[in-house]
Amino acid sequence: MPANISGGAAEIARAVNAGECSAREMVDATLARIASVEPQVGAYLSVLERQAHERADALDARIASGERFPLAGVPLAVKDNLALEGTVTTCGSKMLERWVAPYTASAVQSMLAAGAIPVGKANMDEFAMGSSCENSALGVTRNPYDLERVPGGSSGGSAASVAAYEATIGLGSDTGGSIREPAAFCNLVGFKPTYGRISRYGLIAFASSLDQIGPLTRSVEDAALAYDAMAGFDPMDSTSVDRAVEPTANALREDLRGVRIGVVKQFDTHKLGSDIDDVYDRALHDLEALGAEIVEVELPTADYGLATYYLIAPAECSSNLARFDGVRYGLRVDGVDVAEMNERSRAAGFGPEVKRRILIGTYALSSGYYDAYYVRAQKARTLVARDFAKAFEKCDLIAAPATSSPAFRFKSKSDPYSMYLMDYYTIPMSLAGLPALSVPCGWVTPEGGERAMPLGLQLTAPLFAERPLLAAAHAYERATMHASKHRAQIAEVPR
Amino acid sequence: MKYEAVIGIECHVELKTASKMFCGCANRFGAEPNTLICPVCLGMPGALPVPNATAVEFMIRAGLAFKSAIPAFSKFDRKNYFYPDMPKNYQISQYDMPLTQGGVVRYWLEDGTIRECRLTRIHLEEDTGKSTHAGSNDGRIAGSSYSLVDFNRAGVPLMECVSEPDLRSADEAVGFLEMLRRTLMAIGVSDVKMEEGSLRCDANVSIRPVGSESYGTKTEIKNMNSFRSVRRAIESEIARQSALLDAGERIVQETLGWDEANGTTISMRSKELAHDYRYFPDPDLVPMEISEERVAGVRAKMPPLPIERFERYTKEYGFNIKQATQLIDAPEIADFFDRSVALSGQPQQTQNFVLGDLSRLANESGTPMHESPVTPELLGELVALVESKTINSKIAKELLARMWAGEGSPKAIVEREGLAQTSDPAALARFVDEVLAANAASVEEYRAGKTNVFGFLVGAVMKNSRGKADPAAVNALLRERLGG
Repeated sequence: MPANISGGAAEIARAVNAGECSAREMVDATLARIASVEPQVGAYLSVLERQAHERADALDARIASGERFPLAGVPLAVKDNLALEGTVTTCGSKMLERWVAPYTASAVQSMLAAGAIPVGKANMDEFAMGSSCENSALGVTRNPYDLERVPGGSSGGSAASVAAYEATIGLGSDTGGSIREPAAFCNLVGFKPTYGRISRYGLIAFASSLDQIGPLTRSVEDAALAYDAMAGFDPMDSTSVDRAVEPTANALREDLRGVRIGVVKQFDTHKLGSDIDDVYDRALHDLEALGAEIVEVELPTADYGLATYYLIAPAECSSNLARFDGVRYGLRVDGVDVAEMNERSRAAGFGPEVKRRILIGTYALSSGYYDAYYVRAQKARTLVARDFAKAFEKCDLIAAPATSSPAFRFKSKSDPYSMYLMDYYTIPMSLAGLPALSVPCGWVTPEGGERAMPLGLQLTAPLFAERPLLAAAHAYERATMHASKHRAQIAEVPR
Repeated sequence: MKYEAVIGIECHVELKTASKMFCGCANRFGAEPNTLICPVCLGMPGALPVPNATAVEFMIRAGLAFKSAIPAFSKFDRKNYFYPDMPKNYQISQYDMPLTQGGVVRYWLEDGTIRECRLTRIHLEEDTGKSTHAGSNDGRIAGSSYSLVDFNRAGVPLMECVSEPDLRSADEAVGFLEMLRRTLMAIGVSDVKMEEGSLRCDANVSIRPVGSESYGTKTEIKNMNSFRSVRRAIESEIARQSALLDAGERIVQETLGWDEANGTTISMRSKELAHDYRYFPDPDLVPMEISEERVAGVRAKMPPLPIERFERYTKEYGFNIKQATQLIDAPEIADFFDRSVALSGQPQQTQNFVLGDLSRLANESGTPMHESPVTPELLGELVALVESKTINSKIAKELLARMWAGEGSPKAIVEREGLAQTSDPAALARFVDEVLAANAASVEEYRAGKTNVFGFLVGAVMKNSRGKADPAAVNALLRERLGG
């Protein structure tokens, strides 16, 4: 049986475990696909041909000796802010353009243990700061559904690679929407679990209290399989949660009977335009048709989310990124003394958005401003979390848009604030640490465009309720099948 | 004018945990540079800290030793500043919720006077790496052509202990530091070696006219590498400030370095430009909850504290300060001593053995007392034999040497070999009469007035009794037989 790179993770793993197709064949087919579409898509910053072959051969040998793996031979795209030993791990930055990770992130290690095979390191906004991948200092990634448009960000490379069949599962990180937004833009499922569910050890930090690793996939089932492989306590990350993880892939549902779905009063979709409003209206009807009860809930502080986020995240980033100083690793530009060397290295190594956020964060933490900005932002964050807790007294899940628009054209958001607004619907969930995902929910043809572009429905659950969240998303996905509608738009769709 | 000094001490103490504060690297002094490192303590991208539970326990021990409050809730904060030997360019430290608050160090001066100095707080943080500047003549950064950084020390758990300005002289400052060192050693949390940098201290010094309640302008002295230099530096600074005030000049608030060779303090930098460290709670570390049960568990395992021992040894046992200090400063020996006294109830006699013959045997053999075959129980037995006058001191000395060689219970030896001192008149009479008979010449000499042969005769009787005779009874009987 030939390697089927358009299949789901379960299908691939079954075939590879059964010896119907070797992991080596899976890898070769994927590398061939990468060679054919990368010139247009540009999802990867590096392709791991040699490593992938070595891993595939080792896996095939173990399977031949009787071992079985839940993700055997599944091609994996790894966002380039996740350490993978022996690979250049750049964070999309000139600062780390040549930095070779000396160790492997715990989440990546879990995927390796499950039999997944990293085929490439995926492009991203520099240090995960951005919503279009345009802030990468090292390459341009295009949306496979329309090469004139961005793939979203910051996990744009992971999204584009999976959408273009250059991998089956993409690993991303989500700080304020960096998995969910590119998933919505690229017709994928993008899942950010509860903060603390998946170890951050080896994820190069942007904002430690918000960063969370998660999968981008072409189906809810694949997201569940990836989550099952990665979730759990890690002694290397003291913010990871020591709490039992129930498997999700075996609990996916076909209906939504008995599920109460909250619609947020403050998230008015009319202002997004009638095309988009229609898609979300339709989504609510479909949820209802599956047996869900739709209820209205309130998130009065949701509007403060963006402002709160843009104090906390930059504050943490200003400190997290201080280590990039040219002393021990990364870019060094010499100077007459250490201070000048630090300054020149950082001036040359960081791009404008990273510098902007370091400045904002440094200011927010400064003596005299700390109480007014950082402390107040933390209080606002508590209020946002409290709002959600109250809303979840009335419902089991919350449905909302993932983004306020479909993927936009390159260079169309030159004003940083308009870019920040892309994360309006995803940031509150991040502030509250909640599990949330985006699932394809329909298509719109943007004004002046010719191609239909996907939209994502964001479902959010209470803390640690990943199981019912994925179960519901699966029911919705199976009933609507939005994702498969325009796959023909992708160049040379493999069959 | 007559001035009074006001001194506060800030010290950093490296904790002697097996591993570093936030990673599994060994915490060891003196290894080859950059051999005790990993992604975490190098601040590699993506690496995360995990707190060392033993270091937290050591902090609780220190808090209990100094009667500090141990809050139920504590957290780590980041102290942000750039320095090339600090891998992350922030130090994980504690800002507003340290593991211990308040407390007091009770210490003694050379004459035995007990004083107190309050503590502001003790908090936990990580140490930095160590820079070596090359290419200059004096190892200083100015004029050096390059610098080398050793990260073996980066991430070593460090306790910062800040005192209130309760010290009034260099003697008190040194007494305080000695007490701090003794206590931290006794509770097993640090080696507290100034020469290896596991104790580093700064002193804040100001002076004011005697009787004044307000504080003068203070200076901070750094770079003091021994208790002796602490004493000299503080004395020198008090003298410098006094001279300035006497001359009508003002004292400038600044940081001074102690120049050991020249015996003076040198201005390092003025404090006009205060650092903004931008402290904020470390989002990589969850806040710590210290339960009462946990504190109680640590308290139950606390060893005796030096100040408690000092008061017991000097007040209850009547030891002099030198003897008390000698025992206290060797905690294993003090433990041995305490255990033995608990069995025999005889502190004075026990102390005689411990600081006398046992210390000598330990020195001669190179085996520490507490690792020798002489257990506190066996010593207790020996002391009891001496106190009950079952054996005399000469026999005791011999027995101790045999016990050291591993012969076991002194009581058993005495019984087996019949070494018990005898005051049985018949037996004594036999020993004396035999000696008198065998030494007729000496008896003659004695009776002729050469009374100095008496000692020889006593010795002969003791020898004849194989040391068992009670020397006092021998004396009496011999005088009687010799006719006064």
